[in-house]
Amino acid sequence: MSPRARSALEPAKTNQEQLRNFCIIAHIDHGKSTLADRMLQLTGIVSDRDMRAQYLDRMDIERERGITIKSQAVRLPWELAGETFALNMIDTPGHVDFTYEVSRSLAACEGAVLLVDAAQGIEAQTLANLYLAMENDLEIIPVLNKIDLPAAQPEKFAEELANLIGGSPEDCLRVSGKTGEGVAELLDRIVERVPAPKGNIDGPARAMIFDSVYDSYRGVVTYVRMIDGRLSPREQIQMMSTKAVHELLEIGVISPEPQATKGLAAGEVGYLITGVKDVRQSKVGDTVTTKQNPAKEALKGYAEPKPMVFSGIYPIDGSDYPNLREALDKLRLSDASLVYEPETSAALGFGFRCGFLGLLHLEIITERLEREFNLSLIATSPSVVYEVTREDNTQFIVTNPSEFPEGKIKEVREPIVKATILSPKDYVGTIMELCQNKRGTMLDMQYLGEDRVQLRYQLPLAEIVFDFFDQLKSKTQGYASLDYEEDGYLAGDLVKVDLLLQGEKVDAFSSIVHRDKAYGHGTKIAAKLRELIPRQQFEVPIQAAVGSRIIARETIRAIRKDVLAKCYGGDISRKRKLLEKQKEGKKRMKMVGRVEVPQEAFIAALSSDETSKTEKKK
Amino acid sequence: MASALPVGIPWPESGLIPARFGSDQTFHAYVHIPFCEVRCGYCDFNTYTAKEIGGVSQAEFHHSLIAEINKSAEVIRDSGYRERKLSTVFFGGGTPSLFSGKQIASIVQSLEDVFGFEPQVEITTEANPESTTPAFLAELTKSGITRVSLGAQSFDPDVLQTLDRIHDPKKVKPLVEAANQLGLETSIDLIYGAPGESLDSWKQTVSTALDLGTGHISAYSLIVEPGTKLARQIRSGELANTNEDLDAEKYAYADQAFSEAGLDWYEFSNWGKPSKHNQAYWRSQDWWGYGPGSHSHLSGNRFWNTKHPLTYQKQLETRVPVAGLEYLDTKTHLEERLMLELRTSVGVPLAVIEQLGISSEKLTEFVTSNQLQISGGQVQVTDSGRLFVDRIVLDLLT
Repeated sequence: MSPRARSALEPAKTNQEQLRNFCIIAHIDHGKSTLADRMLQLTGIVSDRDMRAQYLDRMDIERERGITIKSQAVRLPWELAGETFALNMIDTPGHVDFTYEVSRSLAACEGAVLLVDAAQGIEAQTLANLYLAMENDLEIIPVLNKIDLPAAQPEKFAEELANLIGGSPEDCLRVSGKTGEGVAELLDRIVERVPAPKGNIDGPARAMIFDSVYDSYRGVVTYVRMIDGRLSPREQIQMMSTKAVHELLEIGVISPEPQATKGLAAGEVGYLITGVKDVRQSKVGDTVTTKQNPAKEALKGYAEPKPMVFSGIYPIDGSDYPNLREALDKLRLSDASLVYEPETSAALGFGFRCGFLGLLHLEIITERLEREFNLSLIATSPSVVYEVTREDNTQFIVTNPSEFPEGKIKEVREPIVKATILSPKDYVGTIMELCQNKRGTMLDMQYLGEDRVQLRYQLPLAEIVFDFFDQLKSKTQGYASLDYEEDGYLAGDLVKVDLLLQGEKVDAFSSIVHRDKAYGHGTKIAAKLRELIPRQQFEVPIQAAVGSRIIARETIRAIRKDVLAKCYGGDISRKRKLLEKQKEGKKRMKMVGRVEVPQEAFIAALSSDETSKTEKKK
Repeated sequence: MASALPVGIPWPESGLIPARFGSDQTFHAYVHIPFCEVRCGYCDFNTYTAKEIGGVSQAEFHHSLIAEINKSAEVIRDSGYRERKLSTVFFGGGTPSLFSGKQIASIVQSLEDVFGFEPQVEITTEANPESTTPAFLAELTKSGITRVSLGAQSFDPDVLQTLDRIHDPKKVKPLVEAANQLGLETSIDLIYGAPGESLDSWKQTVSTALDLGTGHISAYSLIVEPGTKLARQIRSGELANTNEDLDAEKYAYADQAFSEAGLDWYEFSNWGKPSKHNQAYWRSQDWWGYGPGSHSHLSGNRFWNTKHPLTYQKQLETRVPVAGLEYLDTKTHLEERLMLELRTSVGVPLAVIEQLGISSEKLTEFVTSNQLQISGGQVQVTDSGRLFVDRIVLDLLT
C-alpha cells in the first residue's frame, strides 16, 4: 500500500502548489462511488471500521438507486515523494438529467478522472461529460475500473479511450474500486498530472458557488471553490449578483464530515454557512466576495438549468393540498431546479404544475414527496413546453396539454434536442428504426472503435420524454446509451388529443401528439382506460377526440351485480375485512364526474407498455 | 388447502369472553363435520378426505365434538351469560351424512343435555344425495333432526361433473319425498354459474328443483376461491372462466321462478320458509360453532377454532380449541349489522344507519336511484338494488 500522508495540510494555510482539485466523470454503474469509498479509506480519512458502502451518497434514494443526485467535495490528504498534498475530490452526478450539475463541478477543478467500466466501455453520457471537461481545459486521467471482473477487456477499452482523448493506451490506469487495486497509483497520478490552481492569493476574495444544499439543522450549506484571495469566519461576505451581505458563520472543508476551519484560501474547496434558509439566496454560479474588500469582477457563472419536463402533481386526498405545498416548499430549499405553480384540474382538483430537468428528476421528486412527506399523489403524464400561435397571431406557452388553446392554430413549435447514442454496431439498424419512428433526423454517424458506433440525431424532446429511453434500452438489450442537449424549437404538425368519459373531457388525460400518431395514441389510451377503470353501475363510454372529431371509442359495460353469494357464520369476519380493504381502495379513487377512476389509471394510461420501473431506474 | 382463517388475537388467559353488547340474544349451535368422500374442485371449506387426515378417526370424532360442547358450556357460564336453551342446531361440513345416525344422535343428545332445547327447536343437517338413503333419513328423524338440507347443486349431469359432485341427480327426488313423509322440513342447495353451464341448463335445474316440492331453496353463484382445483383448471384454460353477467341473469331468472312458486326471497341467496339458524347469523345472534375451523359469535366476541382436526383434538385435551378471537367495537358491530341485514328482505333498522352517521342526504340518493327503500323504520334493498348490495354498503360507509 502506498504511503498515507502522516498529517493533513491545514486549510487556509495550504500553498496552492500543494493542492489538486479533480472530479470523476463516470457513467452511472461504472463504479464511481465504490472508487470514492476506496479513496476515503486509503487516504485514512475514513477508518475501515467506519466505512460503509457509497459513503458519500447521502440520500436514501441515492444509495438505493445507485445514483448520485447532488455533488459533494471531499478533501483528501496524500503524500508523494516525501511531500504532502491536499486533494479535493468533487463528486459529480452521472445522469443526463443532471448534466448542468456536472458542468458546475467541472468548473471547480483542474483535472478529471475519466472512469470507465473495463467490461462495458464508455457510455454516451460519459462521453458528453468528457467533451465538457475537455472544453474546460481539464487534465484528463483515463482510468479503467472493475479490472477484477472476468468480463473485463482492458486492452480493448484502453484503445478506445486513447482514440478519444489522444495519448497511448498505456497511459490508461487500471484499477478496481472493489479490491482497491491501482487506487494508490491513481492518487499518485492525480498529484503528478493535475495542475495546481493558480489563483491570486493576495487579491480580493472570489469564490465560485458550485452547489448549495439545504440542511434542516444548519440551513443552507454552500459549496465553493476559492479562486482568489481568502475567506475567514465571522467575516461579512457579499454575493456579487445580489449584493446581499451575510455573516460567515462557519467555513470549512469536508473530510469526509464537515470540519470548521480558520478559513479557505485561493485554490481550496470547501463550504460556507451563513444562516440563510433558502438555496436561492446562495445561488449556484454566483461569486462570493467580502464586503470589506470586494472584487471588481464576478467570475463567469453558469447557465441556469431550465425545466424541460412538466407534470401536474395532485394529492389523491384533496385535503392534503396544503401539505403538498409545504412539502414542495421544503424540497425547493435544496433543489433550485424544481419549479412549480398552483394549478387546478377539473378532474383532479387542486395541485401544482411542476417543472423538472428530466424524467428521472420527476421520478425522484415524486418519490421523495411520497416517501419523506407521506403523501399519496397523482402525477399526470409528463409534457414538454410548446409554443402555440393561433391564426389571430396570439401566442401561448403551453406547459399543460389541457391549456392548449382552442380555435384555429397557425403553428405549434416544440423543443428539439440533439441526441447522442452510443451502441455496439449490431444495433444500428434497430436504433435508426426507433429514431425514425420517433420523428428523428439523423445528423451523423461515426465509428468509435471497431464495433462501437456513435449516432447523432435531432429528436423532439417530447418523444424522449415519453418512452424513448426505455425503448432504446429494451431494443438494444441495454447496450445503447443516450445523452441529449437542448437544440432549440421547431414547428411540428401537432394536435391535442382529448379523452372523454361519458362525453366529458378529462383534462388530466389530454396530451399533445403528432397528427400522424393521434389515432394510434387515442386508440391505445382508450383501450387502456377500459382495462383500468372498474365497471360501474352504468355504462361508461370512453372516447378519444382531436378537436370535435372522435378518433377512438371504447365502452366499459355496466356491472350487473356486486354481491357476495354466501355469507354465513364463518364468512362474516372475512367479508368485513374485505369491506375494510374496499374502503381503503375507494379512498384511492378519484371521482371524475360520476365515474370512479383509480389512481393507477392516470399514470398507467399514459405510459408506454414497454415501460418497466426497473428499466427506468437505470 | 382450505381458505385461511382471519388474523385475530389469542384466546384470553382468563378463558372468559363477557358480553359486549348485551346478552338477551337467542342461542344457536353449529356443528362442523370435517369429512368428505372426495373433495369437490370448487370447495375451499375446512374438510378432509380419509387420506388427508392421519391420526383422526371419523368413527370416533363425535367424542371430540361432545368434549367441545362441554367445554363451551363452562366458558359461557363463567363469562356471565344467562342460561339459554338452543333455538337451532345446524350440522354442516364437510359431509355430515358421512357420520352414522348414532353419531349424530349422540351429539344432539349432548347438546340437549348441556343446554336444553327451545320447544320449536330447528335442527338441520346438510346431507349429500350420494351418502343419504331414506333409511338414514329415518334414523336422523329419530335422533331429533327436524330439517334436512340436500346438496343437489344442479340437475345437469355435465354441470355436476364439472363441480366434481359424484351423485346421480335422479336420487334427489326420492329423498325429498321420503323426508316429507317423515315430517322433515327440506331445503335444496343449488349452485349456478359453473363453467360451461348455459342459461337453459340453469332454467332446467330451477324447474326440477321446484318440482321436488321443497319448502326452501338456497342458490349460490359459484365462487372461484384461490387455491382450489377449480381455480387451477380455469387458469390453465381447461375450464371456461365464470361469467358474472350471465350469473346476474341466472339470479334474476331464479328469483322470479322461485317467487312465482311461492318461495319468496328472505336473504340474497335464500328463498322459502326461512331457516331460523341462518337468520341467527344475519341478525348477529349468539352461536357456538363446534368442530375444527368453526366460527362462533357471542355478543361482540367473534372467534374461530383451530383448523386441522388433529391439532383441534390435541388442544381440546386442555382447553377450548380456539385459534383466534376478535372483539367488535360499537362501530364495527354496527357496520356488520348494515352489511348483513341489508342482505335480507327485512332490511336494517333506520336507527343503525343513523348511528353509523350516514347522512339522510346520502340515504336519499339511494332511494332516489331506486336502490333502497324505507318502510316501517327499516331500510331495504329494492329489487334492482339487491344485486348491488355490497356496493351499496361500501358507498354508504365511504
